[in-house]
Amino acid sequence: MDTNLNARSLSPTSSPLVVVDGVRQRYPKGSGESLLVLDGISLKLGTNEIVSLLGRSGCGKSSLLRIIAGLLPASEGKVSIAGRPVAGPANDVAMVFQTFALFPWLTVQENVEIGLEAQGIAPAERHRRALAAIDLIGLDGYESAYPKELSGGMRQRVGLARALVVHPKLLLMDEPFSALDVLTAETLRTDLLDLWGEGRMPISSILLVTHNIEEAVLMSDRILVFSSNPGRLVAEIPVTLPQPRNRLDPTFRQLVDDIYALMTARPAGKTSGAFAGSGISMLLPHLSPNLLAGFLEAVAGEPYRGRADLPALAGTLQMEIDDLFPIAETLQLLRLAELAEGDIRLTEAGRRFVDLDSDDRKRLFAQHLLAYVPLAGHIKRVLDERGAHRAPASRFRDELEDHMSEQFADQTLQAVTSWGRYAEAFAYDEATGVFSLDNPV
Amino acid sequence: MAKRNEPAGIPAPLGVASAAGAARLWPNFYDIAIFVLIAGVFAAVAHGARGMVAPAAWLASDPVTLDPANLPDYALRTTLRMFAAIAASLLFTFVVATLAAKSRRAELVILPALDILQSVPVLGFLTFTVVFFVGLFPQSQLGAECAAIFAIFTSQAWNMAFSFYQSLRTVPPDLDEASRHFRLSPWLRFWRLEVPFAAPGLIWNTMMSMSGGWFFVVASEAITVGDTTIKLPGIGSWLALAIAERNVPAVLMAVATMGAVILAYDQLLFRPIVAWADKFRFEQTAAQQRPRSWVYNLWRRGRLTQRLTMLASSLYARLYAVVPRRAPTPQSVAPVSAGRAADMVWLAVVLVLVGWALWRITLFVDQTLSFHDVAEAIGLGFLTLLRVAVLIALASLVWVPIGVWIGLRPAIATRVQPVAQFLAAFPANVLFPIAVVAIVSWKLDPDIWLSPLMVLGTQWYILFNVIAGASAFPTDMREVATLFRLRSWQWWRKVIIPGILPYYVTGALTASGGSWNASIVAEVASWGDTRLEAAGLGAYIAQATEAGDFPRVVLGIAVMSIMVVACNRLIWRPLYRLAEKRFRLN
Ligand SMILES: Nc1ncnc2c1ncn2[C@@H]1O[C@H](COP(=O)(O)OP(=O)(O)OP(=O)(O)O)[C@@H](O)[C@H]1O
Ligand SMILES: [Mg+2]
Repeated sequence: MDTNLNARSLSPTSSPLVVVDGVRQRYPKGSGESLLVLDGISLKLGTNEIVSLLGRSGCGKSSLLRIIAGLLPASEGKVSIAGRPVAGPANDVAMVFQTFALFPWLTVQENVEIGLEAQGIAPAERHRRALAAIDLIGLDGYESAYPKELSGGMRQRVGLARALVVHPKLLLMDEPFSALDVLTAETLRTDLLDLWGEGRMPISSILLVTHNIEEAVLMSDRILVFSSNPGRLVAEIPVTLPQPRNRLDPTFRQLVDDIYALMTARPAGKTSGAFAGSGISMLLPHLSPNLLAGFLEAVAGEPYRGRADLPALAGTLQMEIDDLFPIAETLQLLRLAELAEGDIRLTEAGRRFVDLDSDDRKRLFAQHLLAYVPLAGHIKRVLDERGAHRAPASRFRDELEDHMSEQFADQTLQAVTSWGRYAEAFAYDEATGVFSLDNPV
Repeated sequence: MAKRNEPAGIPAPLGVASAAGAARLWPNFYDIAIFVLIAGVFAAVAHGARGMVAPAAWLASDPVTLDPANLPDYALRTTLRMFAAIAASLLFTFVVATLAAKSRRAELVILPALDILQSVPVLGFLTFTVVFFVGLFPQSQLGAECAAIFAIFTSQAWNMAFSFYQSLRTVPPDLDEASRHFRLSPWLRFWRLEVPFAAPGLIWNTMMSMSGGWFFVVASEAITVGDTTIKLPGIGSWLALAIAERNVPAVLMAVATMGAVILAYDQLLFRPIVAWADKFRFEQTAAQQRPRSWVYNLWRRGRLTQRLTMLASSLYARLYAVVPRRAPTPQSVAPVSAGRAADMVWLAVVLVLVGWALWRITLFVDQTLSFHDVAEAIGLGFLTLLRVAVLIALASLVWVPIGVWIGLRPAIATRVQPVAQFLAAFPANVLFPIAVVAIVSWKLDPDIWLSPLMVLGTQWYILFNVIAGASAFPTDMREVATLFRLRSWQWWRKVIIPGILPYYVTGALTASGGSWNASIVAEVASWGDTRLEAAGLGAYIAQATEAGDFPRVVLGIAVMSIMVVACNRLIWRPLYRLAEKRFRLN
C-alpha cells in the first residue's frame, strides 16, 4: 500500500525544503552480511509544515533523521535540503535529541551558545541571541543553572533553545517528549505548538519522530507511517483538523483508531505474523510470562470482556505502542488473542487461560508455546532426541545468528528461555549455558 | 546583559567581567586568607626556580647539609620537581593519548607502548637518563634536575594517558552526535567536550600518580652512576646524607617534613580539585554525597576569588577562540583500499624500526653478556617474584578483613579513607633507614627482613580500594545476608569477597606493580658503612647502576619488565575480567 507522496502532498510548494530520494540504510550484521533497516524511502517536506514520522521501535526512524541531519551517510540514495545535497551536518538544520544531549559541565546559557560558538560568532552577539532563545522558550532565570539542577522538561527546553538559537530552516526532533512524564510532555507540546502557531520560532518546518500515535495526530499536518523490518513508508496521512486540537474530538479519535488499525494490520505476503523472520529464526520480543498473563487478564476483565479497542486499552494500561504492540502480537503468535482493525480479541484458549489456576495455565501455555513458537518446539525436539536430554545454548544461538544480529539472537533466545521455563517445557542453567529437560525443583 | 554578574563563569569579555560592580571589589575575609596562601606559594616557587638553573659548580660549593634551617627549602625543591613532572605528564597525556584516540595507526603503536612502559621499573631508567641529561646540560644543575623530573615523569605519565585515552574513546554517543551536529571544530570539541568529560578520570589518575611520585622524587635526588654522584638539594639528598652519617634525628626530621608536605598537598590541592571536578561527573542527577574541601569552600565564598574564577573561565574560552575555526568535517568515508595500502606502509615502518632497535640491543648486550648472565637475572627475578607474591598475600590477609570492616561502617570509612590515601602517598623510602637500623641492631637476616620494605608503601592501595569496594556494597544485599544468617565463612565466600573482588584486584595490581619497582631500592639498604643486601633482581639492578654497568642494567630492567607484564597478563587481568563479569553488582 505504498502511496504516491507527490500526488497527495498537502502543501505542494514549488520548491520543497527537504527531498529524500530512494534512501536505503544497512548496518553490518554479525556474520558479515548486512541488515537492511531502511528500504527505498522517498519523501518531500515543504515549508510551513509539521510532519511526523510514525513507526515502531527499531523501524529506522532515528536513522532516517540522522541521515537528513547529515550525521550519518546513507548507504544508498540522496538527500537534499533547500536544493543543496546533504554531505555532513548543515547550517540550516538543527536537532533536538531524545536524551537531551546537554553538556553537563556547561550552564544553560553556555549550552545554548554552543552552536553559535562553533560558528565563530562574537561573544556579545552570542549572548544576545542565547538570551533571546532562552526567553522565548520560557527558561529565563535559569541561565546560569547546570542541567543537573533542572527537571527533565526544563532540560528539553534547553535542548530546544539550543536548536532554535542557530536559526535553522528545519527543526528535527527525535522523540523529544518520550523521556518526559505525561504531564510535562503535554505542557511542552502545547508550548511548542503555541510558538509555532504564532510564528515566533525562526524555522520553516519541523520533522518530528515519534512512536506515539496521539502525539503525531495532535501535532502534525502530515503523518508518515513506517513499517518495520525493513523500514518502509506505508502510508501518508494528512491531518486537517484545526489547531488547537482536542483529543476527545470524535474525528481525532477516529483518526487515532484508523492509525492503530493500520499499524497492527498484518503485512500482506507474510506468513509468520508480525515478527521479522520466519520459522525458528523468528525475532521474538523478550516479554515476561507474567506480563503476558496480566495483559490477558486485563482484556478479559471489565470493561472489555475479551475484546478491547487498542487505543483505549493503551490509555487504561498507560502503555506506549512500543510496549503494547509486542505483547499483543506475542499473544497473537501464541493463538491466545487475535488482532483486527485496531482491536484485540481473546481466542477461545485465551479466555480459558484466564480462568485456570496457575498449574493448568502453565500446561496450556506449554501446549501453545511448543505448537506455535517454532524455536521453542525446535529446542524441545532436540532435547527429546538427545540421550542425555541436554544441549548447549550456543548450538541454538549459532543457528539464530545465521539469520539475525548477535543482539537479536540473544534477545530471541532469552525470550524463548523465559517462556520455556514458565511453561516447564525445558530448563536452562545460566552458569553452564545448557538447556535440559531436568525439572527444576 | 545583567547576567554577567553571575558567578557561574559565562565567558564574558575580559574588561566587562572585572569592571562590573567595582564597588564590591573590596576584599572580604576569605579573599585575604586565600591571598596569603597564594602569595606564599608564589614566593616559594620563585625562590625554588632560581636555584634550579644555577650552574653545577654551585652544587659543589654549596653541598647539601643537615642543617634543619635548610629543610623547608629542600622540601620546597622536592615539591617543585613533583609539579614540573606532573605538568610534563599532563602535556604528554594531552598529546599522546589524543593521538592514540584519533588515529588508528598511532593507536596501534601507542597503546602497547603505554602498557609496557607502565610495567618497566622506573628506577632502572635513572642510570641512562642521568647520564643523558647531565651530558645535555654539562654546565648547569639543570641536567640533574631534568633527570630527576624525568624519573618522576616516567612513574606518572602512563596511567594518566591511559585514562584520558579511555575517556576519549567512551565519550557518550549523544554528546558526540550533538557536537558533530552543531559543527564544533576539533579544537573546540576537545576543550568543550572531551577534556571536561575526561576530567574526573584524569584528575583521579593524576592524583594517584602524584601519590606514587613522592617515592621516586625521593629516590632520584641522590644517585650515583659509576663515577658520577649527584645530590640535588631536596629531601631525598638530605635523607641520603643522614644515612651516610648515621644521623637518626635527621632521618626523623625528614619523615616529619615529608608528612607535613604531603598533608599540605592533600589539603591545599588534592581535595579542592576533587571537589571542583565534581561538576564534570557525567551523571545527569545530582549526587547525594559530594566531595568537600574547606579550601574550595573558602575559594568559592571569597568575592575576589569569584572574580578570578570568572577571569580564568573567560581565559579558557579565549584559549579555544584563538584557533581559527576549521571547516566542519563531514563524516569521512575514506576509500577502504587506500586505507589498506597506507596500513601496510605504516606496518612496514614500524617493523623496520623494531628491527633496528632489536639489532641495537643485541649489539649492545652481546658484547658483554653471556647466557649465564641471563640465567642469573632470571633466577634472581624469581626470588623477587616470590617476595612480591608472599608480601602481597600477607598484606591482603591483613588489609582485606580490616578494609571490609571499615568499609561497611560508613562513619568510620569517611574518616579512614583519607588516612589510607595519605599513607599511600607517603614515600616509604623515607622510612627505610629506620627499618635498617632495626635489622642491623638485632642482627636479622636481610634476605627476609628487607622484604617487607617493598610493600611498606604499596599495601595501602589494597586497603583503600577494599574500603571503597565495601562502601559501595549495596545495603539490601547485606541485609539479605544477615537475614539468612550465613555463617561467617559462608558470608565471606558467598557475599563479600565477590562483591569487593574488582576493587581488590585493582588495588592488588597497583600494589604489586609498585612493589616490583620498590625492590630496586628496598633490596639494598645501607646505614653508614653497613650495607645490607637481599638476593633479588632489585638488588641486581641497583648494584649494576652503582657500578655503571649498563648492559646488566638493561638486562635487569628487561627481565623485570617481562615478569611484571607476565604477572599482569596472566594473573591480574584475567582475575579482573572474571570479577567484572561474574560478580558485577549493577
Ligand atoms: N550503528 C548501528 N549499527 C548497527 N545497527 C544499528 C545501528 N543503529 C541502529 N541500528 C539498528 O537499526 C534499527 C533501526 O534503528 P533506529 O534507531 O533508526 O530505529 P528507531 O525507529 O529510531 O527505533 P527507536 O524507536 O527504538 O528509537 C534497529 O534495529 C537498530 O538495532
Ligand atoms: Mg530512535
